[in-house]
Amino acid sequence: MRTHSMLIPVAAVLVLGVLVRSGAVHAAAAAGTISGKVTYTGTPPKMKPIDMAKEPNCVTQHAGAPVLTETVVTGPGNTLRWVVVYVSAGDQGSAPGTETVRLDQKGCQYIPHVLVVQPNQPLDIYNDDPHSHNIHPLAKLNPEWNKSQPAGAPPIHTKWELPEFIPVKCNVHPWMHGWHLVLATSHYAVTGEDGAFSLSGLPPGKYTVTAWQEQFGTLSQDVTVSGTETKAINFVFKATPY
Amino acid sequence: MRPNSFVAFVSGVLLCAAGATASWAQESHIGGVTGHAAAGKKLYRRYCIGCHGPDGDGAGENAPWIDPKPRDFTLGVFKCRSTPTGTLPTDQDLFNAMTRGFVTTNMPQWLPLTGQNRADLVAYIKSFSPKWKTLKPGTPITIPAESRLTIESVLHGRQLYQKMECWKCHGAQGHADGPSAATLTDNKDLPIRPYDFATGSRFMCGVTNQDLYKIFMTGLDGTPMPSFADNLQPADGWDLVHFLRTLQPLDTPEAALWKAWLASHAGELKPIGPGGGGE
Repeated sequence: MRTHSMLIPVAAVLVLGVLVRSGAVHAAAAAGTISGKVTYTGTPPKMKPIDMAKEPNCVTQHAGAPVLTETVVTGPGNTLRWVVVYVSAGDQGSAPGTETVRLDQKGCQYIPHVLVVQPNQPLDIYNDDPHSHNIHPLAKLNPEWNKSQPAGAPPIHTKWELPEFIPVKCNVHPWMHGWHLVLATSHYAVTGEDGAFSLSGLPPGKYTVTAWQEQFGTLSQDVTVSGTETKAINFVFKATPY
Repeated sequence: MRPNSFVAFVSGVLLCAAGATASWAQESHIGGVTGHAAAGKKLYRRYCIGCHGPDGDGAGENAPWIDPKPRDFTLGVFKCRSTPTGTLPTDQDLFNAMTRGFVTTNMPQWLPLTGQNRADLVAYIKSFSPKWKTLKPGTPITIPAESRLTIESVLHGRQLYQKMECWKCHGAQGHADGPSAATLTDNKDLPIRPYDFATGSRFMCGVTNQDLYKIFMTGLDGTPMPSFADNLQPADGWDLVHFLRTLQPLDTPEAALWKAWLASHAGELKPIGPGGGGE
């Protein structure tokens, strides 16, 4: 009896809450967006063609278009690719990551070069090549492990528990280099070649937004979002050739 | 037993009440011996500090002249474990590693120290990484009884050496001269060599067939040597052990069997390597 009589008002509040939330999607309490572009000034390093002669199969896979290193990937208009833009402080309204994130090893490259997962979000690692890779994430806060994945082996199902920026390498193919960014927020974006990003679903509030680039480090800006507005911010990294 | 466990319980309660962090991490348990970090610290400052440094980060005063570099205990990453890759080793693993030393490195055997001394050191070494406060050691892998040594087993092991691409680093003959050998780096981006079977030296983590089995089933964390546990069945593991033994210039039963077989069958073997069959 006691518990029941307690449950009813709780349930009522919950239902009300849901109604208010769903009804408010287009009202003042709804979410805003922060969007913009990531560019650079100065001279970025030239990406070098990768010599995959050690793995003849990968040379064949890329025949005609030698793969370049991906440390600094630029686009037309000085845009930067593979930059992760995320809410680094003031985060609210984040949802846990539940969708499985996929990493492929194909043509002796990590696809994608930079991936973002949230703590405990499922991460599946595939080897699509007809030869072995070893996946060696150089984690420091999370466990550092190193597993061989021969041709045709099933995917490795894994996850990261703690927020951390983890470089990942394959020791057999030393040019293979990627990043796993474990972020505590679901408000993040990875820039494409156009350097554009958009963080949506942000409840009103003051946020710190950070852009991370593997060679140039991080830039941060404080942004206040109110209502359903879209705030435009840009990040400009200072590029140096070395 | 009863009074002992009662005393332990009471003292545990007292320690907790006193706010002392009497955590598991400050003790080690090796067989019946309990090591204590406080005692280990004194020993560490006498025997280990020169290489591993006052902070346990492997940056002792001798470190610049040592290759491979002394272990950085602050990372909580260890090569020789009985536990799966990515997990902490057991106290016994650390004790064994310290006792055995690391062949081809500057880490000597520490047999001159008593068992109690070494247990104390294990307890102290665990205090350098915060991982020991939040994580438990991994569960040791199961090592089934060694399968019978037959020529079929050796031949299958040779196929696995090809298929698992051990030769990419260790070389077709096990001479540490595979195509990827020259570019290997450890978790600190320092160059590191694969094991050269031709030296006939002890393996990094022991001398027995079981130790060898453990090496490729757990991986040597922090080094390029990965774990093959996901893709090798236990029987495969023993076949690989049998073949790897034939690469060493030692009078092992495996080598004897292999030599006898080779005398009349050498022509049937496809060479190991790129496009090789290993059969």
